[in-house]
Amino acid sequence: MRLWAALLLALTLIGSAAPSFAGPPELPKASGEKCLAEPAAMRRTHMTMLLHRRDATMHQGVRATANGLKACLDCHAVSGTDGQPVGIDSDKHFCRVCHDYAAVSVDCFECHNPRPEPKRVQAAMPETTPSEETVPAQDTKPEGPQ
Amino acid sequence: MSGCKISQTRRDVLKTVAGTAALLAPGVFLVAAPAPSKARPEDSMAQPSVRWGLLIDTNRCDQECTACVTACKDEMRLPSHGRPASDPQYIRKVELAEPKTGFTRSLPVMCQHCTNPPCADVCPTGASFKRADGIVLVDRHICIGCRYCMMACPYKARSFAHEAQTGQAPHNPRGKGCVEACTLCVHRVDAGVVPACVEACHAKGRGAMLFGDLMNPEHAITQVVAQYPTSQIRADLKTDPGIRYHGI
Repeated sequence: MRLWAALLLALTLIGSAAPSFAGPPELPKASGEKCLAEPAAMRRTHMTMLLHRRDATMHQGVRATANGLKACLDCHAVSGTDGQPVGIDSDKHFCRVCHDYAAVSVDCFECHNPRPEPKRVQAAMPETTPSEETVPAQDTKPEGPQ
Repeated sequence: MSGCKISQTRRDVLKTVAGTAALLAPGVFLVAAPAPSKARPEDSMAQPSVRWGLLIDTNRCDQECTACVTACKDEMRLPSHGRPASDPQYIRKVELAEPKTGFTRSLPVMCQHCTNPPCADVCPTGASFKRADGIVLVDRHICIGCRYCMMACPYKARSFAHEAQTGQAPHNPRGKGCVEACTLCVHRVDAGVVPACVEACHAKGRGAMLFGDLMNPEHAITQVVAQYPTSQIRADLKTDPGIRYHGI
């Protein structure tokens, strides 16, 4: 009887601890051709890249779009059962897959949208130089009291 | 002697009338197309040789028109919680009235993008700052939500996000506990497109807004402000706003 109990306990412990032997989780497949760096490097340095870019964009206006959060989302976003990209509340979100495993909370999505922007065709503004079209004209018809 | 006195009075009256006429005459007709500039290269920094500014011709701003306000809410995806007092608003229409004559003016007021921004002066973390090209922004990564800047701003231009947010625009990340304000549509300006309010004013309103670089002599705004009387709101505070008004 004691032996059975010990065996059961051992099995339970092994069962519950099983995920920790599984190694780091696999990231969901991304849609882009190539990431900015190798997976090992991305795993180590993505936060540094994002942080550096964030300050450069915000304070200096440098808008190199290749290595921003928006670019991450465009390639890595995971679709849910309804075919729409999942939010950060889903454990399928590509950030959460690793961050849950590493027990590191990710705060980006308190402000940033966790879903990529749907691709849309934006009407381009006319490409004119200011001097061509922005000549001030004088209104000859007064509107105020005479 | 008395004739001389009358003449003097008459001259004063004439001076006053002339002054009033100059003030009221809607000289500026902002028919300029709203395309301000070419896009800045993506990997370049904002330059201090540029000073983005906005000129608003209040003679052409209709009291009932809210095209700029609506366009701003759409562009920045600002939700409404049905509480106008605390809902975020980057731009609002303000009514000015002369009590003695009943004459009213309606004008849009947003962040005035001051050269000497009081919000940046009081910010304890450096979250409020002025970019090199004169655009005043809140870095929400380091904003602690103390709202000193809201107190300091003489133009009541800033809002506070009271609720957790979802569905933000990628170009306007916003979250609970941060102060926010008009960014002069910095994401559009960097891409060479005029702010959303200016675009809407030309498309749906009467084209009362003119956007451009106040340091570039080729830009219409620079030529117009050199030619016509324009004013800054509360110029006495010496904040030197980049938003100028004509007709108030």
